Amino acid sequence: MIDKLFSPEVLQEAAEVIRTQFPLAVWETVYVTVLATVFAIVIGLPLGVVLVAGEKDGVCPLPAWLMRALNGLINLLRSVPFLILMVLVFPLTRLLVGTVVGTVASIVPLVIAAFPFVARLAEGSLREVNPNTIEMAQSLGASPMQIITQVMIPESVPSLISNATIAVTTILGYSAMSGIIGGGGLGKIAMNYGYYRYKYLIMVAAVVLLIVLVQLFQSVGTRLAIRADKRLKNR
Amino acid sequence: MIEIKNLSKTYRAADGAVEALRDVSLTIPDGDIFGIIGMSGAGKSTLVRCINMLERPTGGSVVIDGVDMGGLSEKQLRRARREITMIFQGFNLLLQRTCLENVCFPLKLSGLAGERAWREKRALELLELVGLADKANAYPAQLSGGQQQRVAIARALATNPKVLLCDEATSALDPTTTASILELIRSINERTGITVIIITHQMSVVESVCRHVAILDGGRVAETGEVGEVFARPVSAAARRLVFPEGDAGAPIAAEDGERLIRVVFNGLKATGTPLIARMAVEKGIEANISYASTRSIDNKTYGSMLLGISGGEAAVREAIEYLTQSKDVLAQEVQIHD
Repeated sequence: MIDKLFSPEVLQEAAEVIRTQFPLAVWETVYVTVLATVFAIVIGLPLGVVLVAGEKDGVCPLPAWLMRALNGLINLLRSVPFLILMVLVFPLTRLLVGTVVGTVASIVPLVIAAFPFVARLAEGSLREVNPNTIEMAQSLGASPMQIITQVMIPESVPSLISNATIAVTTILGYSAMSGIIGGGGLGKIAMNYGYYRYKYLIMVAAVVLLIVLVQLFQSVGTRLAIRADKRLKNR
Repeated sequence: MIEIKNLSKTYRAADGAVEALRDVSLTIPDGDIFGIIGMSGAGKSTLVRCINMLERPTGGSVVIDGVDMGGLSEKQLRRARREITMIFQGFNLLLQRTCLENVCFPLKLSGLAGERAWREKRALELLELVGLADKANAYPAQLSGGQQQRVAIARALATNPKVLLCDEATSALDPTTTASILELIRSINERTGITVIIITHQMSVVESVCRHVAILDGGRVAETGEVGEVFARPVSAAARRLVFPEGDAGAPIAAEDGERLIRVVFNGLKATGTPLIARMAVEKGIEANISYASTRSIDNKTYGSMLLGISGGEAAVREAIEYLTQSKDVLAQEVQIHD
């Protein structure tokens, strides 16, 4: 069994695949992950702001029915399993990208799966801002918009960075999953060689690379969050 | 002038309505340092938040220089709040910004000061005023509590307000720092004529810095007047509880025949070998009859107050006050008793 797994032919084939296909796959994975994260933040962060500011006791209360609808939509999107969501949004993907397979096409379902998650993460970060700090801004004549842009968001930057890191690593995992139905990148290689052709070595190599990517994103994110936090003394 | 008329505030809670303020009426003259004192839950914080409408009162009105605050739109109110700024128990600085940026914050909000360089120059002047120019680029986490409150004061003064509201501003500070913050507030009041309203539960705060005081109890004003008067002759039960926390005999304080009363407030007087009152007797030959005393020693410094009966008429009283107030940590004034 073992010598079959590591026979010269197997090793040679694996080396060949790693050399020819992995660089592009890594690039595709990083590219899809980063782009999907950016779009998810562009949609999710404002939504998170609305979730906090629009509450009854928030700085800019919105109608209760609207808040209920938003919360309902987010919960709904978050409860659909990602694989099924991918299939469900095929029509939208086709409308936006023109096709449902390929690296670019996988960005659409990734964004749709990730933005409600990002909205919840942003909501959590923004809620950490001390209500007394917001009251202080109100006492100095700040408008709701000024409180959002000059108090709530800047004060929660370190937490937002930490949560963005969580979002990136989660989206990286989803992007690998998208390899099952047409997405590109390391996920596709792991599926194609590992699952369909029993080339375990290649699958393991792809998984190792995914782990390395997650570690990389996480350590960069943690470092940025710590550097951004001025509450820590002696910095 | 701030006129508070028949102010009331009722909160709707799960188990019925809570009346935080009931029919509160106060007049606070321009340039005054006005103390509002009461136990926790007396409605102090609600009252101060009704002045700048952070809380909308359910009845009555707050009129500042002829403008009814309750009648202002949100936008007008935001503008008005630049003139009525506030400092807090928890300082409430922006933790991700430097001291300089914190002081610039209200200027930036107002949009009046377009230029960044101008804002920073003004902020630096204010930091200098509170003695922290060297901390301009430090972050709040790097400062002590007292320093953070100084930054908060500088920030509150940035828009040149007419009124400064202090909500338990010294309650989180140690006695020495409290004294220095109060001294700063007093000097700013003297220099700029800003009206200061101080919310506190500490007698010593009112005694050392306020000219007038209102005692709040159960959402009502129990007593109001000049600090010396109210504290020397507390009429209401609430006032007595505050003035004599150890429980007073119930009898109004009266001078013995032929004596006059002076009230002495200790604000962190360094203890020396001989007690001050004994020294006065030896050095000046003035014998004081201690009719009431409540003092504590913290860190070898004395805090609290005393009522001294002095015989020997006007001259002796004046001499005693002069002697006692040699130290800046002691305040003394004659108490007028009208029967």
